[in-house]
Amino acid sequence: MIKYILRRLMFLIPVVIAVTFVVFFIVSLSPGNIAAMIIGDGATKESIEQLTEEMGLNDPIIVQYGRYISKLVTGDMGKSYATGKDVSSEIASRFPNTLKLTILSIIISVGISIPIGVISATKQYSILDYVGMVLALIGISMPSFWFGLMLIIRFALKLGWFPSGGAEGWTSIILPAVTLGVASTASITRVARSSMLEVLPQDYIRTAKAKGVNKKDVIMTHALKNALIPTITIIGLEFGELLGGAILTETVFSWPGIGRLMVESINRKDIPMVLGTIIVFAVGFSIVNLIVDILYAYIDPRIKANYR
Amino acid sequence: MTEIATRQKVDLKKKYKKRSQMADIWIRLKRNRMAMIGLFILIILILTAVFADFIGDYEGKAIKINAKERLEGVSKEHYFGTDEYGRDIFTRIVFGTRTSLFVGTISVSIALTFGGILGSIAGYYGGKLDNTIMRILDVLLAIPTILLAITIVTALGPGLVNLMIAVGISNIPGFARVVRANVLGIKDQEFIEAAKAIGLRDHEIILRHVLPNCMAPIVVHSTLKVAGAIMATAGLSFIGLGVQPPRPEWGSMLSSGRAFIRDKVHVVLFPGLAIMVTILSLNLLGDGLRDALDPRMKQ
Repeated sequence: MIKYILRRLMFLIPVVIAVTFVVFFIVSLSPGNIAAMIIGDGATKESIEQLTEEMGLNDPIIVQYGRYISKLVTGDMGKSYATGKDVSSEIASRFPNTLKLTILSIIISVGISIPIGVISATKQYSILDYVGMVLALIGISMPSFWFGLMLIIRFALKLGWFPSGGAEGWTSIILPAVTLGVASTASITRVARSSMLEVLPQDYIRTAKAKGVNKKDVIMTHALKNALIPTITIIGLEFGELLGGAILTETVFSWPGIGRLMVESINRKDIPMVLGTIIVFAVGFSIVNLIVDILYAYIDPRIKANYR
Repeated sequence: MTEIATRQKVDLKKKYKKRSQMADIWIRLKRNRMAMIGLFILIILILTAVFADFIGDYEGKAIKINAKERLEGVSKEHYFGTDEYGRDIFTRIVFGTRTSLFVGTISVSIALTFGGILGSIAGYYGGKLDNTIMRILDVLLAIPTILLAITIVTALGPGLVNLMIAVGISNIPGFARVVRANVLGIKDQEFIEAAKAIGLRDHEIILRHVLPNCMAPIVVHSTLKVAGAIMATAGLSFIGLGVQPPRPEWGSMLSSGRAFIRDKVHVVLFPGLAIMVTILSLNLLGDGLRDALDPRMKQ
C-alpha cells in the first residue's frame, strides 16, 4: 500500500508542474502594463520601462515561469501588487477557512446523500424514492449562490438563527457549508442510488440472502461496499466542483477564504495574488484526485494488485 | 405467384424497415414523461429568447433607468416587480433568456468544434498523436472547469464575448474525451474498413462515417454541457467577471440585487428561478436522452 501511495505521489509532480505552467501562461496573457499600474498616476515612460525590466517582464514567458516555479518550491509566491504583502502568507492565513468550509460541506453532503441513495435504491419506485429523486434533480439545477441568498433571507434575516456573513463564531459556517454542499448532495445521491441498483440484482447478493444473512447486513456490507467505487469517483469529482463552488459561496457569505481572495484580487488586477490562489485551488484539486485514487485501492484490492 | 412474392417482400420491408438510430432514440424519448416536460420547457424558453422583442420593450423597460419606480413589488404593471433602477424585472428576465441561451449554445459550439476535432483525430489515428493530444488535455482536465474559465476570463477581461470563449475553451477537454472514446469504439468496425478499402480519404471517413455514428452520445453530452455553461455564465457574471451591466443577465441581476435582499426579496427570487427552470429543463432532457440512448441505463 505504501509503495502504491508513493508511486501515485510521484505522478503528482509532473501534473503540478504542467498545471502551474498552464495557469501561469494563461494569466500572463492579461492585457495592460503591470509596471504602469503599480507606479500609478505619476508614471513616466522611463520609470515604467525601468520597473518592467527590474521585474523581468521583458523575458520570454518560459524564463519567467522558471523563475516563478523555482521560488514557488521554496514557498515564495511573490508580493501582492495591491497591498505589498507576501502572497503565500496571505493565502496561508485564508487557507484554513476554505479547507474547513469544503470539508464540512462534503461531510454534510456525503452524510445526507448516501443514506438517501441507499433507501431510494432499496425501495425503488416508492414514494420515498420519488421524492428523493425529485429533490436531487432540483438540487442539481439550482445555482448554489442563489440558494445561499435564499438561505440568508430565511435563516439569517428573517429568523436570525445564523449570521448572514463573515466568520465569527461556529454558527457562521453552517449556512455557507449547506449552500456549498447542496449541489454535491444531489449528484452523489443520484450516483449512490444508481450504483446500488446495479449491485442489488447481482448473484452474490442473492447468495447472501439465500444463506440467511439478515437484510441490513446484506445492504450495508455486501451491497453498499460494492456500490462505493462509482460513488467515491463522484465524491472526488464533486470535491473539485466544491472547490470551484467555494469561489462563489465565499463571495455570497463574505467568507474569508481563498475563493473570495481570488475574486477580490481579480477585480484589483493583483496578478501575483490571482496566480497564487488559482494555483492553490488547482493543486488542491489534484491532491483530492490522488486521495480518491488511493481510496480506490483501499476499497478494491484488485487495483492495488496492479501496482505490485 | 410472383405477385404474392413481391407483396410479401414489400410487407416484410415495411415490418422490418430499419429505423435510423435517431428515430429509435426519439421513440424511446417520447415515452419518458420527464424528458418531454424538459423538452417542452426548453421550447418555451427558446421561443421566449427568439421573440423577446415582442414580449417586452428592451430599451424602454429593460435598460432605461426609471428612478420613480425603484424597487417596486409585484404588480399588474410589473409581474416580477422592479429593480434598484426601476427597470422591469420580468422584461429583464425575458431578455436574460436570450443572453443565457446564446452564451450556452455558442460556448458549447466552441467546445464541440475544437473538442470534436481533437477527439476524433486522437481516437482515429491513435498512437503518438493520440498520446500527445490526450496528455495535454489531461492537464486542462486537472483544473476544475469553473476555475479554468475564471483563469481565462482573468486574462481576457470580462465581457460577453470573452465569457463565451472562456466557458467554451474550458469545456474542450471534456468533449474531446467523449468524442475520442466513441471514435475508438467505431473505427475498428467493418464498415470503416470497407470505407478505407474503397479508397476514401481519412477526413471523409471521419466526417461521413465515424462521426455520424457517434452523434447520439455527443448530443447528450452537449445538452448537459449547455446547462453547465449557463450555470457557469451566471456564476461568473455574479462575481462580476461575466456579462457587464446594463445588459440583462440572470447572474448579474442576482449580484446587483444582493444589496436589497433584506426587504426586497423579489429582486433576487425571480432571476434565480429563471436559472433553475432553464437548467432543470436541460437536465431533464439530457437525462432522458441518455436513457433513450442506452436502454440498459434506465432503471
